[in-house]
Amino acid sequence: MTGTDPAVDRVRITSPHTTARPRRRRTVVQEIDEETAIGEVYVRSLVRSQLRLALVVAAVVAAAIGGLPILFMVADLEAVQVGPLPLPWWVLGVGVYPVLFLIGWAFVVASERNERAFSDLVERP
Amino acid sequence: MSSTYAAVAVAVVALATLGIGLFGLRFSRTTSDFYVASRSVSPLWNSSAIGGEYLSAASYLGIAGLILTYGADMVWFPVGWTAGYLVLLAFVAAPLRRSGAYTLPDFTQMRVQSTTARAVASMLVVVIGWLYLMPQFQGAGLVLHTVTGAPTWVGSVMVAVIVVVNVISGGMRSITFVQAFQYWLKLTALLVPLVFLLHAWTDDGRPTPADAGASAAWLSPMAADAPGLALYATYSLIVATFLGTMGLPHVVVRFYTNPDGRAARRTTLLVLALLGVFYLLPTAYGVIGRVYAADLVATGNTDIVVLELPMRMIGGSLGDLLGALLTAGAFAAFLSTSSGLTMSVAGVLAQGSVGRRVLGPVAGLRAGAVVGTVFPLVLALASDQIAVASSVGFAFAVAASTFCPLLVLGIWWRRLTAAGAVAGMLAGGIGAGGAVVATIVRGSDDGWLDLLLSRPAAWSVPIAFATMVAVSLATQNRRPSNVARTMVRLHTPERLLLDRADGP
Repeated sequence: MTGTDPAVDRVRITSPHTTARPRRRRTVVQEIDEETAIGEVYVRSLVRSQLRLALVVAAVVAAAIGGLPILFMVADLEAVQVGPLPLPWWVLGVGVYPVLFLIGWAFVVASERNERAFSDLVERP
Repeated sequence: MSSTYAAVAVAVVALATLGIGLFGLRFSRTTSDFYVASRSVSPLWNSSAIGGEYLSAASYLGIAGLILTYGADMVWFPVGWTAGYLVLLAFVAAPLRRSGAYTLPDFTQMRVQSTTARAVASMLVVVIGWLYLMPQFQGAGLVLHTVTGAPTWVGSVMVAVIVVVNVISGGMRSITFVQAFQYWLKLTALLVPLVFLLHAWTDDGRPTPADAGASAAWLSPMAADAPGLALYATYSLIVATFLGTMGLPHVVVRFYTNPDGRAARRTTLLVLALLGVFYLLPTAYGVIGRVYAADLVATGNTDIVVLELPMRMIGGSLGDLLGALLTAGAFAAFLSTSSGLTMSVAGVLAQGSVGRRVLGPVAGLRAGAVVGTVFPLVLALASDQIAVASSVGFAFAVAASTFCPLLVLGIWWRRLTAAGAVAGMLAGGIGAGGAVVATIVRGSDDGWLDLLLSRPAAWSVPIAFATMVAVSLATQNRRPSNVARTMVRLHTPERLLLDRADGP
């Protein structure tokens, strides 16, 4: 058996329609997992919306709480006596805490909404 | 004050802490149990534990002492210590949990893929932990000395020993129980005596601090002679406390015990509520202290004002009992904060090369706990007493100047590089740390230099951020290759089945 038997070189020929990959829509999960440009856009949009939210919170805190020292300096709030102490004591010692909690609560609601929007986008059939 | 009641109170807290810790031992079997309680802690437990861990001697005793001495400007301390959690919630909480790291060095390595950056972060965790532990030990000595007359080293050594035993026996799971218990103990221990004190104050005709001779500078914020100095001091304190909380190693480690990122946010929100309730109390003690215990200012020993008030205003055996309850709360404060700090310092030391290779993770943690406690204990015994809240303030300034930029830029900025992270942490750490050392060495006076050194955050935090950004931009060719995957991991909700490159 030294020569080449022409029968061995035979190849099967089939219609291209049977082996071509079926056209399937790629899911967002695949796009993200494979780090395609489209996947990047999805993740970036989530990160950006969450960052925007965090910066809004920071700005609100900076204005509401960070503005107080200047307010105390400019306005004559200590002239207002409430019970045993001037007004600034009540603002700083009591009033600040519920405000911080409410800002935090609004943040949690909004950030969960951002995540839900992202999840809906990713899981869209 | 009757030393018997107080001694009994201290003994009860110590035994209860040890008892609950040993109870936790029955559940701690795996490495994951030891470090992060297997990530199965619910938001209410976790937030109580964070509150219990966070409210240290500085909050429990120190704030009232500072308010007694300096007045309105000091109310910024509790405000900042609470608001820090809001900043943490907005920028860090959920991504930090999703990072899946045990400790800050783990996070650093995960994000920038560099063992050098990890080593710098480990060093900073230990430095911040020790800065924070030292005043806890000193405070414990002071309190035990005040209430029982025992030499100051007794209280310090006692707290150190209990903490080490606790960490060695149960690790994080037992610490979670202990911390949660201690939040509620501390709240009760301040609240109940306050009710009696307010009653006594009403009976006394409700004298105000002004009636007791408080000055205008004490009564109103920003009323100091030099408005520029006062404004700088306040804003620097705001920067340090608002941004420093997220960089405290013992706080951050608690976020890994949440089941997922969403739970981490809810936990943080609950913490805001728990702290807001708690911090109403020390301020009240400081104000009442100004009426009834103003003479303490001259002695310089204002950290004990909280413990003194029941004796001065009520007296008798009721006064003794309330004093004992307050002492119990103070010990809860020392024990819980020291446990958390020791836990995180021990975790970092155990994960160092010696601990990991020679001893294995659990034995390494145990050895780390011993080593991590001995140094600050020696420091506490050897150095002079500084006001607890001030010296804790230094730890905040260093944390804000190092880990805050690392976490914020690491989570939100894709272009952070290992070189940038290292340079920024070193710049902030050397700046703030150097200022702290200079303050301790120089002593204090009233000038600008003193203020710039004792409240460094306002300049050291911007320097750290700027350095981290500038060096990262200069080393863009060495950006970690997996940053896209890391962003997916940090920011996407866990229930989406995405590839997060977080191993099996």
